[in-house]
Amino acid sequence: MKVMVCLKQVPHQDARLEIRDDSTWIKEDNIKFEINSYDTYALEEALRIKDANEAEVVVVSVGPDRLTQALRTALGMGADRAVHVNDPAAEGSDSLGIAKILAAVAKEESPDLVITGLMADDDNYSAVPPMLSQLIGMPSATGVLKAEAQDGGYRVERELEGGALEVVDLPQPCLIAVQSGLNQVRYASLKGIMQAKKKPIDVKTAADLGLEGQVGASAQKVKVEKVYVPPKGDTAEMVEGSSEEIASTLVAKIKELGLL
Amino acid sequence: MAATDFLKLDTTHFDAEEILVRDSVAAWVSKEFMPRLQEHVRQDGSFPMELVPQMAELGMFGANLEGYGCAGMNNVAYGLLMQELERGDSGLRSFASVQGSLCMYPIHAYGSEEQKQRWLPGMAAGELIGCFGLTEPDFGSFVTGMRARAERKGDHWVLNGTKRWITNGSIAHLAIIWATTEEGVRGFVVETDSDGFESRDIKGKFSLRASVTSELFLQDVKVPEANRLPDAAGFRGPLSCLTQARYGISWGALGAAMACYEEALDYAKEREVQGGPLATKQLVQEKLVFMLTEITKGQLLSLQLGRLKDRGEMHPTMVSMAKRNNVDIALRIAREARDILGANGIVDDYQAMRHMLNLETVRTYEGTHDIHTLIIGEHITGMRAL
Ligand SMILES: Cc1cc2nc3c(=O)[nH]c(=O)nc-3n(C[C@H](O)[C@H](O)[C@H](O)COP(=O)(O)OP(=O)(O)OC[C@H]3O[C@@H](n4cnc5c(N)ncnc54)[C@H](O)[C@@H]3O)c2cc1C
Repeated sequence: MKVMVCLKQVPHQDARLEIRDDSTWIKEDNIKFEINSYDTYALEEALRIKDANEAEVVVVSVGPDRLTQALRTALGMGADRAVHVNDPAAEGSDSLGIAKILAAVAKEESPDLVITGLMADDDNYSAVPPMLSQLIGMPSATGVLKAEAQDGGYRVERELEGGALEVVDLPQPCLIAVQSGLNQVRYASLKGIMQAKKKPIDVKTAADLGLEGQVGASAQKVKVEKVYVPPKGDTAEMVEGSSEEIASTLVAKIKELGLL
Repeated sequence: MAATDFLKLDTTHFDAEEILVRDSVAAWVSKEFMPRLQEHVRQDGSFPMELVPQMAELGMFGANLEGYGCAGMNNVAYGLLMQELERGDSGLRSFASVQGSLCMYPIHAYGSEEQKQRWLPGMAAGELIGCFGLTEPDFGSFVTGMRARAERKGDHWVLNGTKRWITNGSIAHLAIIWATTEEGVRGFVVETDSDGFESRDIKGKFSLRASVTSELFLQDVKVPEANRLPDAAGFRGPLSCLTQARYGISWGALGAAMACYEEALDYAKEREVQGGPLATKQLVQEKLVFMLTEITKGQLLSLQLGRLKDRGEMHPTMVSMAKRNNVDIALRIAREARDILGANGIVDDYQAMRHMLNLETVRTYEGTHDIHTLIIGEHITGMRAL
């Protein structure tokens, strides 16, 4: 059994973000990065399968040198090996570009199960998992809150709008994109980190994957026009008075707006 | 998280594993330990024992020791572990220091193979908690004034004496007790459920409140010869343990200093006073500059010490310098940070004052600031100060 986990490195949740001068993204030079939180749940789910069934867990990611840190963390947590697609030619890839790269790796690896996070903490697109599942021809489920192996496939619970759950059955191989909170993510142990030194990180370029000219900024179908902080709105109204007065004004306001 | 890196040590001096160790521990401290801390600080001497299995699982106990279930990390990674634990609280770092450097280390260094097999795996797993009994009510710095005695009676020893200020004393399963014998000072691994062994916690501490500090009473405690550390003879035994722990403290103090500096910096940027944020004031900037400069110098000191330790070239006097300096600057930084926070600085929703009070202990234990001054003074002059 082989499980492939796709993970992305995103700015650390405590990082102070500043927008780049050309307004197309944030400044990345002096901030810390971490594994996308959704992907940590994906990795944990894979490691649980490994703990129970001796699976091989391969983590795959696309990005520059700094990514090594994220991959080493994943290896320290227990993944067996990593594939790092590190290529300036892949920089500026849109979601489809990233999905194509991951698909090319998946074709080389032929995993029995692909696990991704539902979305990325930084750009919130949620686009890569469904695109990837299409490109590699694996059925998929997103927003997964629970996955259990059964009859050579998986029964998964998905989160729907309004708190409802949906149960679907997927055959193997398949792709699941997990919701945050489906498990308790382990920490990389100090022993695990020391052992991870010996685990391989396979570095590849777009050309190695036969994707020359098909990914990167030049192949973008979606172009970022502008990233900006919205101007502060002027619709806020300050309510003054004693606690009781404030409370009754608020209740009246909420009723007036039909929010109750 | 781990933002204080003025001289870019992350990219020039720490290797990938060292950074991973630091970040993994930092994440654990902020997610698991910090939310539980305030409750324990308010309780006057208690430690969140429910976290011990997790600490063990992560490999925090005896992390720079080889074999017997220990992580086998290098000393810089070990230092960064101590830094991140003390960024949380000195009580947390003390717990790990005592378990690893003061209790597992002497068994590892001076114990027989059988003793190592018997105790170390359980200690690494956090199932056996240790404490280190050197200080006595009447003697702290003046260790040669030790009164605790051990007398050989056939195949066992009989121990009598009182040990005071013993971290984890009442929660320990094993106590490493140093006592004088006819042959000189010897170390014993005393099982705390032995007859005649009693402990009582010291209450009313202003400092290290998230840590258990106890007094130990040994009255005719029978300890088998098999529990004596065979290779520990004289004061070199306990002092070498202290060297290990002091090395870790030099890093730990930096963690506390970073927590205070980062808290004060954030606060100064946000807090509006007359004419703009506090951070626009020259007097405040001077304080922040002092803090960052001292932290940065301290990092270089500990880092170099760690590399020397890995090469087997660290001298105890060098450790004295790092412990003395880094704890001193950490305490000063904590006081300055507390000052910048104004009235907010005196409540436990903020960290600076807790660190400040903790660091008063750290300044005193493991060789007081002044004792380290005398050690270094003697080293450079060749003359013992009077
Ligand atoms: C919270 C806490 C936890 C502790 N945990 C442990 C533990 O786990 N195990 C353990 O064994 N001990 C522990 N200790 C004890 C600690 O190591 C001692 O308190 C320390 O060694 C200082 O000894 P003392 O308190 O007797 O002070 P003293 O030695 O009496 O020192 C008092 C002052 O006199 C100065 N002084 C002393 N001698 C000289 C001299 N010759 N010349 C000039 N100045 C001198 C000192 O620098 C200090 O300023 C702990 C202490 C605390 C507060």
